[in-house]
Amino acid sequence: MLLLAPPLLAFGLVYLAALAALFVSSFWTVNSFTTEIEHIWNLDNYRTLPDYWPVIRRTVLFAAAVTVTDAVLAFPLAYFMARVASTRSRTIVFVGVLLPLWSSYLVRVYIWRLILNEDGVLNWALAELGLPHVHVAYTNVAVWLVFSYVWLPFMILPVFGSLERIPESFLEASRDLGASGWLTFRSVVLPLALPGVVAGSIFTFSLTLGDYVTPLLAGSGKQQFIGNVVYGSVGIANNVPFAAALAAVPLAVMAVYLLLARRLGAFEAM
Amino acid sequence: MRRVWIVVAVLAAALCVPAAGISSGNGLPSKIGKGEGALNLVAWEGYTQKQWVAPFERQTGCKVNAKYAGSSDEMVTLMRQGGGSQYDMVSASGDASLRLIYGKDVQPVNVKLIPDWKNFSPQLKSPAHNTVGGVHYGISLQWGPNTLLYNTKLVKPAPKSWSLLYSPRYKGKITVPDNPIQIADAALYLMRTQKSLGIKDPYELNSKQFDAAINLLKTQKPLVKKYWGLASDEIDLFKSGGVVLGASWPYQTNTLAADKVPVKDLIPKEGATGWADTWMLSAHAKHPTCAYMWMRYISQPKPQAQQAIYFGETPANPKACPIMDKLAPGSAAQYHCGASAAYFKSIYFWKTPVAACGNGSNDCADYTKWQQAWTQLKG
Repeated sequence: MLLLAPPLLAFGLVYLAALAALFVSSFWTVNSFTTEIEHIWNLDNYRTLPDYWPVIRRTVLFAAAVTVTDAVLAFPLAYFMARVASTRSRTIVFVGVLLPLWSSYLVRVYIWRLILNEDGVLNWALAELGLPHVHVAYTNVAVWLVFSYVWLPFMILPVFGSLERIPESFLEASRDLGASGWLTFRSVVLPLALPGVVAGSIFTFSLTLGDYVTPLLAGSGKQQFIGNVVYGSVGIANNVPFAAALAAVPLAVMAVYLLLARRLGAFEAM
Repeated sequence: MRRVWIVVAVLAAALCVPAAGISSGNGLPSKIGKGEGALNLVAWEGYTQKQWVAPFERQTGCKVNAKYAGSSDEMVTLMRQGGGSQYDMVSASGDASLRLIYGKDVQPVNVKLIPDWKNFSPQLKSPAHNTVGGVHYGISLQWGPNTLLYNTKLVKPAPKSWSLLYSPRYKGKITVPDNPIQIADAALYLMRTQKSLGIKDPYELNSKQFDAAINLLKTQKPLVKKYWGLASDEIDLFKSGGVVLGASWPYQTNTLAADKVPVKDLIPKEGATGWADTWMLSAHAKHPTCAYMWMRYISQPKPQAQQAIYFGETPANPKACPIMDKLAPGSAAQYHCGASAAYFKSIYFWKTPVAACGNGSNDCADYTKWQQAWTQLKG
């Protein structure tokens, strides 16, 4: 108990106190000329939030799309790693999945620019195949691709964990009782793996919800995310109170999401 | 007798350490004393390069510690944090300098202690972005225009007007900066093309004029491939992003030209916005004497020329022009060193938009409005 006190205290002070300070500052206002914070209690910041509804909706939709994409991509790979691959090839795939995480996030986003550019790898490959040129760079499609790529490992690992934990005997029992492969997958594997998928989705969803670098670098700048507006409010206008109010939106969204995830048993799979 | 005077002078200097030298009646120092041994600067990246900082440190014994800032707002924040005494000086651009002056974050400067100030281009001796009511809050440093950059192979005939950035001819092949101050570019274009709006200054817009500028930018939005945030973004876009036309700085033109991308830039017939940077002295500076030494040094022709060439901008001191040409032949003309009054007139330097603007009726859109409108414009 004594050993637990320092980290708990640090957590309480650094994390919870910072969140509380953020929340409190969202009720203050900024002097529009000197851009200094004035400690006058008001709800103006929250009243202007509806103006940013398109940004909020876009961010949540992207987070959902990226989560679905990653779940679809991660499941077969995780299944292969957990139940098909030999120890040796499992290690190789593991390294392959984790390798990108060892490089800088920025490098990975910039690499996608090289791939998607007008004369990038993608268009070169399409030209070699005799297919038409595509204009993907600096569009929403690019943002979706980059997000799905950078967060994929965060989906694969929990799904792999939950798949690995399914006892082989369950699958044998299912087969012994005459179930087809598809029926076994649908009524045994999928329900048991679902908490892993939901656990992974917490990562992919929340990471997309809060990110501003990928939309800034891979996108057109015309389609902002919550993170970009927060960044602009702090970095350009020095309007911390409004940024704090807007930052409360992903917090609220995540709170709802986590409640749902808990009901689906995601916390046991983490 | 002479010995005694030296002792007195040293004692006086020691007593007046927080002030630079001996104060005159108006609170400004009347001479530059002995340096404090250190100088803490907030600067744009590339503004404190070794090639001109090292000689300064050798001459004065003031060790320079520089903190690079990424935006004007970061500069303002840095100059305010910790009671404002952490940094002595800031290389503030025009969209930050007035905020620092009215926020009382910077103090008046005695330009008589800066010999090269007399040599500055007349427009940069007491410009509105750093001189208020005849009081100087810093020393002009460098300036440059926001230019129209184009690909010479793909944009024909060569552009003459900003109108190309607002016409569908190059739809999807245009890039403009991601910065609220960009609204001034639209306002400047309207000032020349829609006289009925009565815009006199692109930074002083009443609500009707402001809405007109925003509406123009809304029609521009579908034409824009990307709003660029970093100079390197724009360079990438011109190199391989399919962009052929954009609002830019001379720096991008040089970098692209060095990479053999066929580009040119110009100041279109409507004129252009521009930036002008000022070294400002913190109101709570701990090393004011070193700060004065820095202002005296950085205004001299040689460091002015070195910085101008390194960064791709124009020195405030035209005496730097021949040195620029010696360091890099042709560079003085390239950056309009010692520009004519007519050229200066075509450039509207960035300044912070405020509600109480020149028309006397306090109804102009202030910077917060500019920022909000810009964020909402981007969607």
